[in-house]
Amino acid sequence: MTRVGTLALVTLVVIAVVAVLGPLVWTIDASATDPAHGLAGPSGAHPFGTDELGRDVLSRLMHGAQVTLLIGVASMLAALLLGALVGGLAGFYGGWLDALLMRLTDAMLAVPAFFLILVVVTVVGSNITTLVVVIGGLSWMPVARVVYGETLRWKTAEFVLAAESLGAAPARILARHVLPQTVPSLVVAATLGVAYAILTESAVSYLGLGIQAPMPSWGNMLQRAQQYVFTAPSLALYPGAAITIVVLAFNFLGDGLRDVLDPRAQRRR
Amino acid sequence: MAGALVVLFVSALTFFFVNLAPGGPSSVMRFDVTAEQRATLIRNMGLDRPVPERYVAWLSGAVRGDLGTSLLTDEPVAARIGDRLPNTLLLVGTALGLSLLLGIPIGVVQALRRNSWLDHVLTFVTAIGLSVPVFWLGIVLILVFAVTLHVLPSAGVVSVGRESIGDRLAHLVLPCVVLASTILPTIVRYTRSAMIEVLTQDFIRTATAKGLAPRIVVYVHALRNALIPVTSAVGALVPRLLGGTVVTEAVFGWPGMGRLALDAANGRDYPLIVGIAVVVAAIAVLSSLVVDLLCVRLDPRVRLS
Repeated sequence: MTRVGTLALVTLVVIAVVAVLGPLVWTIDASATDPAHGLAGPSGAHPFGTDELGRDVLSRLMHGAQVTLLIGVASMLAALLLGALVGGLAGFYGGWLDALLMRLTDAMLAVPAFFLILVVVTVVGSNITTLVVVIGGLSWMPVARVVYGETLRWKTAEFVLAAESLGAAPARILARHVLPQTVPSLVVAATLGVAYAILTESAVSYLGLGIQAPMPSWGNMLQRAQQYVFTAPSLALYPGAAITIVVLAFNFLGDGLRDVLDPRAQRRR
Repeated sequence: MAGALVVLFVSALTFFFVNLAPGGPSSVMRFDVTAEQRATLIRNMGLDRPVPERYVAWLSGAVRGDLGTSLLTDEPVAARIGDRLPNTLLLVGTALGLSLLLGIPIGVVQALRRNSWLDHVLTFVTAIGLSVPVFWLGIVLILVFAVTLHVLPSAGVVSVGRESIGDRLAHLVLPCVVLASTILPTIVRYTRSAMIEVLTQDFIRTATAKGLAPRIVVYVHALRNALIPVTSAVGALVPRLLGGTVVTEAVFGWPGMGRLALDAANGRDYPLIVGIAVVVAAIAVLSSLVVDLLCVRLDPRVRLS
């Protein structure tokens, strides 16, 4: 893999380790308030300062990382599952199922997903599960297109013909012989999908419609920070920089993986 | 035709979702009401009728421009959207213009100087642009230009009492830049790869071989062909641009449709949020129609079927 891709992978591993192990080492409660010492600058007790309620920013960043990464990865998995199902079925069975599913994919792509997310949170409120279902349910279309293309390409391959002549059922051929061929493209799509999901979650939480306080997420930490941008600008800088670094790393990792896994894309560069 | 189906699809999806989901308007949570008041309210709002019937009623109103009544303000939904639509269209239009005016030249320069340090730097900046959360970019720009440098206003459409064209433009700068950032990096990427693809083709070699000035080869022969994939990519980016208005308008207190959607979501104003989703879908569909027509103009090989 490219050097940039490797660096991105290392960055992500480090951040994941800090998110998981950090709170075990840095044991200040992320939701313990101390209004008397709100908006404090960096100090020994609070290396990243405190927010408007006197909560420790470092601790909130680490707990927020867990929430943000969890939602990012889980939403991506949901999108992957839905996309592989839709694209695989449409490509493999063809006919009216193909027409129906791929027209549905086109329609979903033509619609501004962010407004539909607002519709869902308006009605059912939001927690981690809802956000994962909604983000996954509105971002599977690119995956479906990729799987669709790959399925069309592989379903006429000789090993598929061989499996067919041995009497394997269509569902088995799809699951065991065709879909595994799509894995390289799926890995790339998955990496970019996490980046998209993290950006979406942070935006929804920033708007106050996603993860609700006192649970921290990088998005909702920025929600209040804007009010204090005059007095405590660093409050706005840390979570935003954290999101940017993680999303950038996922994007670079996706590009790096594409170079390794998809030789056709490489030649075009 | 397909576009109309998409709008219909969105309207059905949102209407049925809103009305069938637990906690939807059928649970009428507006006031502390007695059982009888609640029953009257449900009857007055027509909520005792089956959902498909209500959808047909809503749809027959919608095609005549009646999107129902806002629960929060009792005003017609269409009027509330109409109030805010011009602000959003202004923002979206200028942001789209800015992205094209900056994105296409940057992509062309990168393609012409492929693998130079300039290309690498711009590729990296583009990657950062794709990764920065829109709202955070907004906050950072406010921090720099409004808080530190005091050169641009941080919120609203005009300053009260000092309305002028210049003042309006000053208020537009930051929201426009921030919204443009949602699609600008992608336009740069598409332009770069489309130009590189075109520049390796035979007709470019022919044009160069017959002694045409490099400028003409690049801008007349290559760019014209590279713009075809870029144009269709821009069509696919419009939904993202529209989605970006919600966050952008929230950061800058811009009174447009995105903020209206946010108010609707916070106030659980179901008719309003459904109306907004449908109007936004219609705008997206109309834009992709325009893009398709543009593609036909740019590429004589494409024929309308």
